[in-house]
Amino acid sequence: MQLDNLTISQLREKLASGETTSVELTKAFLARIAATDEKVNAFITVCEEEALAAAEAADQRIAAGNAAPLTGIPLAVKDIFNTIDVRTTCGSKILDNYVSPYDATAIAKLREQGAVIIGKLNMDEFAMGSSNENSAAGSVKNPWDLERVPGGSSGGSAASVAAGQALATLGTDTGGSIRQPASHCGVVGLKPTYGRVSRFGVIAYASSLDQVGPVARNVEDCATILGVVAGYDPADSTSVDTPVPDYLATIKDGVKGKKIGLPKEYFIEGLDADVKKAVDAAIETYKSLGAEIVEVSLPHTDYAVACYYLIATAEASSNLARYDGVRFGVRKDEGEGLIGMYQQTRAAGFGDEVKRRIMLGTYALSSGYYDAYYLKAQKVRTLIRQDFLDAFEQVDFMLAPVAPTPAFKIGEKTDDPLQMYLSDIFTIPLNLAGTCGLSLPCGTSSEGLPIGLQLFGKPFAEGEILQAAWAFESATDFGGKLAPL
Amino acid sequence: MKISRAEVEHVARLARLALQPEELDAMTGQMDAILGYVDKLNELDTEGIEPTAHAVPMENAFREDAVKPSIGVERAQQNAPETDGSCFKVPKVIE
Repeated sequence: MQLDNLTISQLREKLASGETTSVELTKAFLARIAATDEKVNAFITVCEEEALAAAEAADQRIAAGNAAPLTGIPLAVKDIFNTIDVRTTCGSKILDNYVSPYDATAIAKLREQGAVIIGKLNMDEFAMGSSNENSAAGSVKNPWDLERVPGGSSGGSAASVAAGQALATLGTDTGGSIRQPASHCGVVGLKPTYGRVSRFGVIAYASSLDQVGPVARNVEDCATILGVVAGYDPADSTSVDTPVPDYLATIKDGVKGKKIGLPKEYFIEGLDADVKKAVDAAIETYKSLGAEIVEVSLPHTDYAVACYYLIATAEASSNLARYDGVRFGVRKDEGEGLIGMYQQTRAAGFGDEVKRRIMLGTYALSSGYYDAYYLKAQKVRTLIRQDFLDAFEQVDFMLAPVAPTPAFKIGEKTDDPLQMYLSDIFTIPLNLAGTCGLSLPCGTSSEGLPIGLQLFGKPFAEGEILQAAWAFESATDFGGKLAPL
Repeated sequence: MKISRAEVEHVARLARLALQPEELDAMTGQMDAILGYVDKLNELDTEGIEPTAHAVPMENAFREDAVKPSIGVERAQQNAPETDGSCFKVPKVIE
């Protein structure tokens, strides 16, 4: 069965008409995983048995005529989501033996619809990384060039979609962890507004920044999945109680008359020539679709990476205090008392990048340094957020590159954490502002690597950027393709 | 130097991380470079700027204090390294 250019709604019609079944579809994806994952390493756990049981139940539901939008659709999720009775490692040795005792809300919502969860996807340990090289399960490879990174931290979420191993996936985005891998793998990724999707049952990294979102082969599928997982959840007190719009109802409305802002700080010296060319061409496409282009300024952009690496690490150092070998996870105890057990467990269980961020965060929060680092960063965050709100006074949404370069080589930046951090320069500000953003394919580099285009939307204006992305996708021919493996 | 090896050792104790001497050396250099970089925030005058803790302005989220089903002891303990009855067991704390 040819799955390349199908959307979820087209598949739903095929399922409804009996042209295919969920079991058949699920088997096709499981076979594709078996044939390709030795190369890509996108999956940490494949849930074959559970998936086939869910597919059979979905087929019965379809036959009974109560199908929901995702009934019978095979999806995979980042290993950061708690999935009941399935191993959930978050890419870490410290959770090597952890089996979730419950479902995250986003997972429960997928299951209520009858979606088929085929597996758990590889990721940077505790979502800390930009290249998926920080995983206890090994690096994920970019399906378009196996010597390159897929981006991170949701590297498995993007690579599996590009490799045709899953129709769509869920990831999380704290500083670009959905958008940057989507860009590097030539797929579509959406980071919703902070508070749009419940994070209950999502293993926490930086709680004031983390957000759940979809990765898919096309814009429509992202909209379908967001429509299912979005919404208020009493179990997540940071989820916002505003109605979830029907994203599919407005997706084809076009961009005629829309004002698109180009933040001048994102079009700088040092931007890769191929990336610049592709983004410039995208701007021309939007003009031809009837949008008006204006220059805007986000003056504090240059401070975002520094701000992020204080706030995110401070929150991480607090969130990761729970991994102490007491209630779950791998314990290491050499008989040196309780504190010794904590120290040995954490030293043995965490990887280098996680240790580095815990250390930085602990330092930033420690007595005597709190005001100079953490409080200062929170004040700068106010300025960064205000930049976005001011710009949104002038335009409907903004357009920018996702990453300064296409996917880099595995090992290229592992020795220099600061250089790795700076690769997130165009995605981090949006998380600090808390608003929504999307990455979609807009070209290919001279080396054949995908290049992504980023759209920034106003708070809770996911519908608007999905609409703009759909217009671009329909007018061009960049996305939707499977990597040749 | 933004941070000394002794300070890094102190932070490792606060963070409950038993770092090896060579890890402490590497960490000192890396933290020093990163702290040097984040110093650029001091170029900005933030006098009178309110800090942002959450991007979406929110009041406290209250709910009714009602009894609801919870996960249960068996489920809560299923991943524990060591248990004793309904308790989590840890190394001896009091000498």
